[in-house]
Formats: sequence, C-alpha cells, structure tokens
Amino acid sequence: MPKKLTGIEVYKLLPKTNCGDCNFPTCMAFAMQVAAKKAALEQCPHVSEEAQAALGEAQAPPMRTVQLGSGDTALTIGGETVLFRHEEKFHHPPGVAIRISDSLSDEEIAQRLEEVRNLRFERVGDELQVDLVAVHCDSGDGDRYAQVVSKVKDGADLPLVLQCPDPARLSGALKAAGQRPLLWAADRENWEQMAELSLKHEAPLAVRGDSLEALVDLTGKLKEKGLQDMIIDAGDGQFVERLTRLVKVRRLALQKEFRPLGYPAIAFTTGGSPLEEAAEAIAYVCKYAGVVVMENTAPEAVLSVLTARQNVYTDPQKPNAIEAKLYEVGEVGPESPVLLTTNFALTYFTVAGEVENSRVGAYIVVADTEGLGVLNAYADDKLTAERIVKTVKEQGALDKVNHNKLVIPGLAAMLRMEIQEESGWEVVIGPEDAARIPHFLRNEWRPA
Amino acid sequence: MAMTIPEAKRNWTGKINSVTIGAGSEDGGTRTSVITVGGATSLPFYHFEGEFPHRPVVAMEVWDVPAEEWPEVVQEPFADVMGDPGAWAQKCVEEHGADLIALRLQGCDPSGADRSPEEAAKAARAVLEAVGVPLVVWGCGNVDKDNDVFPAVAEALSGENCLLGTITEDNYKTLTALGTAYGHKLIAESPVDINIAKQVNILALDAGYPMENLVMYPSTGALGYGIEYVYSIMERSRIAALQGDKAMALPILCDLGVQVWKAKEARASADELPGWGDVAARGPMWEAATAYTYLVAGADVLVMRHPQAVRATRKAIERLMGEGGQS
Repeated sequence: MPKKLTGIEVYKLLPKTNCGDCNFPTCMAFAMQVAAKKAALEQCPHVSEEAQAALGEAQAPPMRTVQLGSGDTALTIGGETVLFRHEEKFHHPPGVAIRISDSLSDEEIAQRLEEVRNLRFERVGDELQVDLVAVHCDSGDGDRYAQVVSKVKDGADLPLVLQCPDPARLSGALKAAGQRPLLWAADRENWEQMAELSLKHEAPLAVRGDSLEALVDLTGKLKEKGLQDMIIDAGDGQFVERLTRLVKVRRLALQKEFRPLGYPAIAFTTGGSPLEEAAEAIAYVCKYAGVVVMENTAPEAVLSVLTARQNVYTDPQKPNAIEAKLYEVGEVGPESPVLLTTNFALTYFTVAGEVENSRVGAYIVVADTEGLGVLNAYADDKLTAERIVKTVKEQGALDKVNHNKLVIPGLAAMLRMEIQEESGWEVVIGPEDAARIPHFLRNEWRPA
Repeated sequence: MAMTIPEAKRNWTGKINSVTIGAGSEDGGTRTSVITVGGATSLPFYHFEGEFPHRPVVAMEVWDVPAEEWPEVVQEPFADVMGDPGAWAQKCVEEHGADLIALRLQGCDPSGADRSPEEAAKAARAVLEAVGVPLVVWGCGNVDKDNDVFPAVAEALSGENCLLGTITEDNYKTLTALGTAYGHKLIAESPVDINIAKQVNILALDAGYPMENLVMYPSTGALGYGIEYVYSIMERSRIAALQGDKAMALPILCDLGVQVWKAKEARASADELPGWGDVAARGPMWEAATAYTYLVAGADVLVMRHPQAVRATRKAIERLMGEGGQS
C-alpha cells in the first residue's frame, strides 16, 4: 500500500523556488494542499519526473472514477470519498442495469427492450431511468450473442454490460456493443485474454474472484498489464455475502487507502420476485455498489430502487431547493385557493402531495427562502411579510382567481396581520401540519 | 507475489441496548411470546465484525376505529375486521406473522371520534386478550388528549411490558411516570433532529425513567419524501452509540405506515400514474422499499400495514441475518 505523504515529504520533492506558477504563494503552501489532496501535483509546471513518479501513486484519489458508455448516455461511477453520506456526500449515483439473456427468443428480447425503454419516471423534477443493459451470454453461441448485443444496443441506446466471461465469444460481440461497454469479467482463468480485449477496445473490465485475496491478485496483475478502469464484482454469494463484500471493499479502499481495491463495484442481485429483488437492489444502492444489475422490469420495483438512489445520493450539504414560481396542482379555476409555501423541496412536495390528495385544485405560490423550510426561513428573515407580498404580486397568483384570499402556512401565522395591512388581501391561516391540508381545503377553505 | 490485505474490521467500543417488550407469565404478564431488540455491536448486518443477537422485527398497525382514511389497497386486507381491534390484531398475527401489534388509538382524536380514555383502555384490553404477542400502543397524536388517555390505557395493560408512545422534548412527564408505575417501555420521539433525539433520552432519565427502557423514534419519512434526512440521522446516531455514546445507544423504531400510505406512489391509480405499475403492487412495494432502506440504516422495529409488505420485509430481514456474512 502506498504510504500517505506529509506536507514536508511533498515539499522535499518540489523545486523550492516559490515561483507561484501553481497559484500558491510558496512551495510549502502548495505542498500542504497536495498532501491534503486538495490540489493536484500537475498544478506545478516545474515538477520533475522523479517527483511525479514518487508522488503520483500516493496522490491519486483512493477510488478510481470510471466512465461506462459514451456520449449523452455515458455513466460515470466511482470516485467516492466517504463511507457515509453525512460525512460529505456520495458523488456518483450507481447505474441501474436490467439483465437480458441471449437465450430469450427475438420476440421476448424485443418485449424486454420495450419494457426497459418504458422504465422512465419523473419524480420531484428529476428524470429517473435505467442506465444500462446487461447482456448475458447464456446460449453458449458466439454468433447468437453478437446478434443479441447488436439488437440490444440498437433497441435500448444505453451503455452495455457484456456479461460473457468467454473471451472468444465476447470478442465477436464487441463490434456491435458501442463505446466503452463494461466487460464482465476477468477471473483467474481468462484474465490475460480479457485484459487484451479491454485494452484493445478501451473498455472497462470487471474483475471477479471468490475472495478478496483473489480480487487483489487479479487487479494487481491487470494493472501491470496497463489496465486502469476496473470494476470489482461483489461475488456470487447470498444477498448478505454480496453486501458484506461491498462494505469491505469500500472500507479498504477509503479508510486504508488500499489501492488494489480502489475501484467502483458491481453487484448483481440473486433475482426473485420484484419485492424480493428490490430489497437486495436497494441495499446495494445504499452500500456501496457503482452498478446494480436487476432481473425484474416491474415498474414499481425499478421505481423504488431509482427513488432510493435519488434520495441517498442527495447532497446533504446543499439545501434542496426548487424553483420559486407559481405552481398549479390539480384542476384550477377562478375559485381555486391560493396557498403560499417555501422553496425547500421537501416542504413543497409534501404540500403539493397533500393538495393532490385533497382533490381540490390549487395555486401554490413558492417563495424563494433559499431552500429553507417555513420555521427556519422565518427565523432567518427569509420569509417576511414584505417578501411574501412581493412574491405573490410578482407571480400574479391573485390575478388568476376571483377572490383575494391568501392561505399562509400555519407555522407562519404570526405574519398574518402584517401581510394583510401591507396588501389589503384577506390572509387565511392554513394548517401547521401538511397532513391536515386535505381536511382544510375540503371543509374549511371557501373562496367567498 | 501475495499482497497483504489490511484488516477491514473496525473496533467499536459501544453496544446498542437490548430492550425486551412483552411479559410472559413468569414475569407477571400474559404474553405467549416476547420480543427483544437491539444488542448490536456493529453497523447493521456487518456480521464480519459484530454481534447481532436480535433481528429487527415488524409490528403491524391496528386501529381502535375503522381506518377509513387508509387507501383502498391497504384497507382491503382488513375489510372484515376493521372496527374490531381484537379480531384485526388476531388476523395480523395468525395470517400475516406480525411480531408485535401496534395499536394506534386514533379514535381518541378530538377532531375525529373523540373517544374516551375508558373506551381506549377497552380497545387495548381487547387487543391484549386477542393475541399473545407484545403490544406497542400509540396515542392519537393530540398531546393533551393523549395525556388524558394514557393513564387508563397504561393501567389496563399493567405488567404487560408494552411499548407506549410517544414522549417528546415538551411532553414526557406523564408517560415516564406511567411507564414506571405500570411497567411499560416507552418510545422517545424527535422531529428529524439528532440533538433533540439525544435530549429526549436525557430528559427521560432526569425524570427518573432509565434510557435502557426507551426505544428511539427519530421520525419517519417515506421513500421519496425526505427519507435521506432520517436515514442519515439513524446512521449518525448508530455510529455515535457504537463509539460509546450511551445516550444514543437505543434501538430505533420506524413508523412507516402513516407516511408511506400518504405518498402518491402508494395511493395513485395506474390511470393517474401511467407506466408506474398497478397500485395493488405499487403500494406494498413502496412500503417494503421504505422498510428496506431503513433496515440498512439501522431500524430495529418497523411499524407497517400491508401484509405483502410485511411478508417481504420479514423475508429480507431473514436473508440479511443469514449465515454467510463472513466472505
């Protein structure tokens, strides 16, 4: 394992001229940043080749970032820096793949591709969709495999995982597979031929073995052959065994900076019913796969996995804000209520969800509170009477209706009089808890 | 050239409290089975470095009044027993394998049926007598009313070592006194805030109620609706506990049903959400998927509604607790 260098050790390898070309005032200041992995050694244009070699290894990030596919549908995985999202954030959401076997009939393949294309969902303003298709060589027939790979590439237009450990058959399919498919997988038997294919086609290579020792042995040998873009396979064990391997690989890569395992990981589920498979896929999304391969195309199963990914990969440091504008929920008309809320995404989507449940169409004025919820925004002076009046006017909410009632959140009740005096509107205090919105809209709110 | 692989294990100094719910005849109760949760010495299901003496459990939710606000998909399995809490609980245990019954005294809500403390106690007794598993009992959520209702309920369940809830930062005195007097465990609730979570535990202790008898409820969001906030609070508190913070070393409860079945993913028909799957499958999937996510973060007690989601979650727990976590 390469030793982590201190600032002083880095400094000794630098020209010590304090020229400032690296944009730091002194070589020492730069060295400290390099040691902390906050600056890259390449920022020094005068660094010697020996220093490069000495530093390069120690300075590389602990987990490699790997791109699968190319163009608009390319997927970037790995490059993770923490074990828990609260420590910083998770960087690259894992790719979700659907597996297609080449032993299916042409009709079945066409149908499965249709299902894959339909696995697209819009949730809280994000497009969620399947990112990859894994084509599994079950037939044992190289020609058939190449044919199916070509069909899938054309039909899905997504990066592929070529699940075919036989180098000869894999080689025949590579022509039709598009750029940078993931080759699955090198093992102790086939690794030399797989390495050649990987290098020749510039395709990342998955590595599988029955133990961590076997994996380390392989990544070491492949690295000597010049491979860089590798993916660690979570193995063939039971659900909890695969999860355990993902945890160990991630810990060794990040906490021990153990380079031979410093790659993203791929986990196949063991299959089962949609409910069973979702349990596995969600666990692998949480901990710590870069690619999760599923069998089921049941939309509710895939949606739940994609949503878990969306949630767990949300940046915990960034207030989750939506665009501050006027939203229409349900069927609106001149008699519809006008509700005010903040642009904290969770607040808005909870309110909008309850308005939907009420089946009373409504206008929702979303004020820009810089991503804060009602109470925090009020405490921080981001939700004031003045700002509310200005926002409602700018968004023209009350121009769309035949009344002048504005419903404000129950938690902002203290602003009622001030808004009323400033605007002349009738200000109605809504529920404190969004769960009471349906009751409020159905039974308490009246336009006139 | 064999390379030495560094040790992947971490040495934790702390341990999650073991909390037992329910009392059998030898302990002065009438339960035919009791449940112990907690006891873990590492992060969830890290069998390679810790002990997990007790698996996570599933409590099924039963109401004292018909749960008319539940969506059709989750009302339907209980259509024949709603309004009869005893029969409802029995169905959950006998047909659906509930580890515990979570009775929610929704009928006491002053803006609903506004039932009396005596009626609440009667419902609790009916459930107690109908099943042999331990009970969780929730108030209706109206603080004043719950403080009126719980004395009668705690007394009616005296000596049964139930799990009652909830105590909060602002309201813990009534329940901690009742828990001590009648021998019940308590749920400590906090509003998605790790500092308040710890504070409630300390307040209970100051009121003379031991933390070892508490289960922590850090609030629950549905998948897709802020689950990540709770997820990270659970991970942070579990890590703090394993590093030796005793005020965080409590088993964690997640109250899924209430939140999940409000989400449009669990409620809306296939007409409203074309391409998202039939709601009969999507509803239970959303509840199970929410449970799966919390299991990974450290849930010990999951309060759930739909039989299919319960079955799938129990299966997932079995697999996660299974042998073979050493590789």
